[in-house]
Amino acid sequence: MSWLSRKYLPLATTAVLLVLLFATGSVIYRDKNFCSLYVVADLFSENAFLGITALGMTIVILSGGIDLSVGSVIGFTTIFIATMIADHQVHPLVAWTFALTAGTAFGLIMGILIQRFRLPAFLVTLGGLFFARGMAFVIKNESVQISHPFYKTMNKIVLPIGGGAELSFAAMLFLALLGGMIVVLHYTRFGRNVYALGGDEQSALLMGLPVARTKIAVYAINGFCSSLAGIAMTLFMRSGDPTKGMALELDAIAVVVIGGTLLTGGVGYVTGTLLGVLIYGTIYQIKLFAELPSSLATLAIGGLLLAFILLQKVVGVRRQN
Amino acid sequence: MSRERIAKWKSSPLLWPLVGLAAVLLFNAFFTPSFYQLEIREGHLYGSLVDVLNRGSIGVILALGMTLVIATGGVDLSVGSVMAISGAVAALLLTETSWGLPLVVPCALGAAMIAGLANGILVAKVGIQPIIATLILMVSGRGIARYITGEKVIALVNDDFSESFDFIAGGHFLGLPFPVTIAVVLTILTLLAVRTTVLGLFIESVGANEKASHIAGINARGIKVLVYVFCGFCAGVAGLIDASNINAADTANAGIFTELDAIFAVVVGGTALTGGRFTLLGSVIGALLLQTLLTTMYTFGVSSDTAPIPKALVIIGVCLLQSEAFREKVFRASENRGGER
Repeated sequence: MSWLSRKYLPLATTAVLLVLLFATGSVIYRDKNFCSLYVVADLFSENAFLGITALGMTIVILSGGIDLSVGSVIGFTTIFIATMIADHQVHPLVAWTFALTAGTAFGLIMGILIQRFRLPAFLVTLGGLFFARGMAFVIKNESVQISHPFYKTMNKIVLPIGGGAELSFAAMLFLALLGGMIVVLHYTRFGRNVYALGGDEQSALLMGLPVARTKIAVYAINGFCSSLAGIAMTLFMRSGDPTKGMALELDAIAVVVIGGTLLTGGVGYVTGTLLGVLIYGTIYQIKLFAELPSSLATLAIGGLLLAFILLQKVVGVRRQN
Repeated sequence: MSRERIAKWKSSPLLWPLVGLAAVLLFNAFFTPSFYQLEIREGHLYGSLVDVLNRGSIGVILALGMTLVIATGGVDLSVGSVMAISGAVAALLLTETSWGLPLVVPCALGAAMIAGLANGILVAKVGIQPIIATLILMVSGRGIARYITGEKVIALVNDDFSESFDFIAGGHFLGLPFPVTIAVVLTILTLLAVRTTVLGLFIESVGANEKASHIAGINARGIKVLVYVFCGFCAGVAGLIDASNINAADTANAGIFTELDAIFAVVVGGTALTGGRFTLLGSVIGALLLQTLLTTMYTFGVSSDTAPIPKALVIIGVCLLQSEAFREKVFRASENRGGER
């Protein structure tokens, strides 16, 4: 059991918590069919954009950094794509390509500023938060509908998971990215570099790992993920809006931490982030079924975040001893 | 001016924020002369400059608390949410009870200070990194505020209390808007507290080296808790001004992104994010610089929505100037050029 207490304890706690939460919901709302594949499908489909953001955030936090700009990049991406499609008659796929390129470039620039000039990551990405939100409003300061036939086609692409429930295209994007992240982080040299960098930057440098390149790449990848999350959001909302994704970075960080990733970097799993997203979604589903005010769900997320950070602290202290 | 005096000025942390402020003011002198027009109506001063002071006062007050927190090597991301909490508590008590302002204001500030205390305990006693500890309250604080107000905007109009509550943001003192008075008084009190007592020295010492301060007999944890409580208090005051300004407790929008403005003011003001030496006046100038910049942009028709872009560019620019690595690169480049000559 010693391997469990050290390496997998946070992950196991998260998994148990998810099961408990879902079971509680299922028991209390059994007459409303809480325990159904529809709810499960909703957990993935409605939180796809959060999940994609959180996956990007996981890799940044694993490397020992933080990115506060993701919510703004999502907002920028949605209005950018919607305006390109609606006002400039650009094909959605072309708009997506442009958006992904812009998001990646944005992350790259922030990464370069952080790495080359030794600026604190939270400050640079805070600047990024301001900048991207402002740019979103430069494009358009109101919501734009997307009524391109391509979007109708994309929304018809679903993956049935039985019982009439189905996963949306955005949910499939999320799961595909999850698979990709698992491969990159656990089976490639780059992934090992990310963990090493988050574990101890000095040691990674002394070991001769390409610290600079890895650090910059991590922010570029997160920029890509953020704009991909923006795309997922346009699929979900069928519109673009410069105010979208406000404060989403905090939800993303909360989800990553609840998923067992250490905020100090170097420890954690993307699988944990998946569990974190599902917990987050389950709390909101319970809120929906119970017809509770959404402020209580926010409080629950905050409380969970606190509990998990305290747990990390306890585990960390034990490791030091 | 003597050479020593010039040298002293050159090394002053106030130099750059003042140069920045002067640059924006000079720009306005050339391009928007109306910026300097002042007029007296009903005994009150009006004009863009008064506007800057009035709107900037919230930023100044938040910057005071944030400066001390950053001086201890921390940061407080929750000030916006605490503003919302303080406004929500005040609005609830004013509408639901018959308590007067002398009771309501301390309650609202007390709630804000409890929030600050929670931050302080998490940072100092539990040992969580400040970004994360205050992030928790940033996320859940808005939830608390929304829960207090029952998820709606509590309007404060047409009641006996509204006039006295209105005075906080709408009143005038010595011809200037009342928030300016609050900001000035708070700044002076804070300056006195940190510069005429050992408190400032203790804060700088904790920020420079917590362990060494502890060994030297300073109650490092206590100091840390204290600055977070003070930061909560400042956010509470700012929240009251904000609520009084719009005559409502709008928990979704109150204080949104103000934590970023406050950090901006501190960084521009010349206090390093790594902690240690701090300059309160620098932060005050930083906050005023930010507000002047915003007001200038508004007069040029920049909408408040796009104003974050220049804000972001300035913050990154200032950070680059302060960055050792950046200066080294630029400095070395100019040195090389000198060598070639």
